[in-house]
Amino acid sequence: MRTFAALFWRDLVLNIRSSGGAALSAAFFALIVVLAPLGLGPNAATLKALGPGLFWIAALLATLLGLERMVQQDVEDGTLDLFRLSPLPMELIIVAKILAHWLTSGLIITLLAPLLAPLLSLSFDAVPTLTLSLLLGTPGLSSIGAAAAALGTSVQRGGMVLAILVLPLNVPFLIFGASAVAAAQSGNDPSQALIFLAAASLIAMVVGPLAAAAALRLNED
Amino acid sequence: MLAYANPTRFLRLARTLTPWTLGAGILLSLVGLYLALFFAPPDYQQGEAMRIIYVHVPAAWMALFVYVCMAVSSAVAFIWKHPLADIAAKASAPIGLVFTALALITGMLWGQPMWGAWWVWDARLTSVLILFFLYLGYIVLWGAIDEPTRAARAARILALVGVVNVPIIHFSVEWWSTLHQGATVFRADGPSMTTPMLIPLLVMAVAYNILYVAFLLIRMRMEVSERRLRTLRLGLEGASS
Repeated sequence: MRTFAALFWRDLVLNIRSSGGAALSAAFFALIVVLAPLGLGPNAATLKALGPGLFWIAALLATLLGLERMVQQDVEDGTLDLFRLSPLPMELIIVAKILAHWLTSGLIITLLAPLLAPLLSLSFDAVPTLTLSLLLGTPGLSSIGAAAAALGTSVQRGGMVLAILVLPLNVPFLIFGASAVAAAQSGNDPSQALIFLAAASLIAMVVGPLAAAAALRLNED
Repeated sequence: MLAYANPTRFLRLARTLTPWTLGAGILLSLVGLYLALFFAPPDYQQGEAMRIIYVHVPAAWMALFVYVCMAVSSAVAFIWKHPLADIAAKASAPIGLVFTALALITGMLWGQPMWGAWWVWDARLTSVLILFFLYLGYIVLWGAIDEPTRAARAARILALVGVVNVPIIHFSVEWWSTLHQGATVFRADGPSMTTPMLIPLLVMAVAYNILYVAFLLIRMRMEVSERRLRTLRLGLEGASS
């Protein structure tokens, strides 16, 4: 447990202090939300209709940031070899990394989204659902991302490859997340979509670390 | 089956089987097309335009089937570390991509007269489109890693993660919206299609399967040869330096 805590703390500090850190995802997320009206026009009704989807697309893209950093450096500078020697199973090491990534991307986005909601004329009733949906969904995004990041360690400059691998797998999050917010906005009960979103997130949290650990183990030659 | 895990034996078998499967596949597709165009009656609602389903539906089946084959080969490669299984998975991907593209394109051609639109964001169309991108990601990953053994290891995991996700994606998209007509062939109470329409459809499906085997054998032989060339070249470079 102490090893886990130490590793988690190290990754968290690295995420916060290195190259923009947590502010990077937040700024990227906010920029997408700000750019959308510039492209779509300032019509409040249009923005209101598109808002739930735009927030979730922004979340999908913003959680891509920082994924490359998640394991790439550890592979390059040999830290990964030390991880292999540690008593902690590789799966738990990945869980620590996912947690650190989520705290510096998913959670920040979740906290930022309610503040940005007025920019897309999102109705006030939908804001708690937006926050809740991001809170439920973003851990899943970080988990799927971890698997792709681990696969990407063999690729030189894998940033774009990473996006192509991750985005199709994240479709369920986009669908359930955006539907929940849209339902809340039109006065319907969002709980069905939220439950499915939570289910998708939980599955991702199981599959993600397993796949990522397998990918990192396979890299040993 | 296990005897053919030996690459040399596999190559010998593949060399004999390639012309037969290719010939049978082409012949059967021609028979299927003939049946589809002249034997099957036109649909009472959709008229002659429905004949495109004889190309479209089997292609859509193959799009999924090839992905499952790819995942099974990847699992075999993952468990038994067998290089031929990796090669089979790698060789399957572009074939699956082509079947997926065929299903999408013929679907669009059918959709224009039937629905009045080239593209409709309906559940099954969307799932197949996402399947297309999953194939693409898999192929890109193979291409992005230079060393074949490393690429194979990464691709195995991606295929397995993908196959876990395919039902979830399909379900979520299904839930999201559906306009597409329900399943006609695989139903508990038997196919809701007349026999003269069903026969060409099944002939085409068998033809596609045989063609898949033929192209798979060709691509696998190519891949084995490529790897041998690579080993030879690396050996030469090692000797000269």
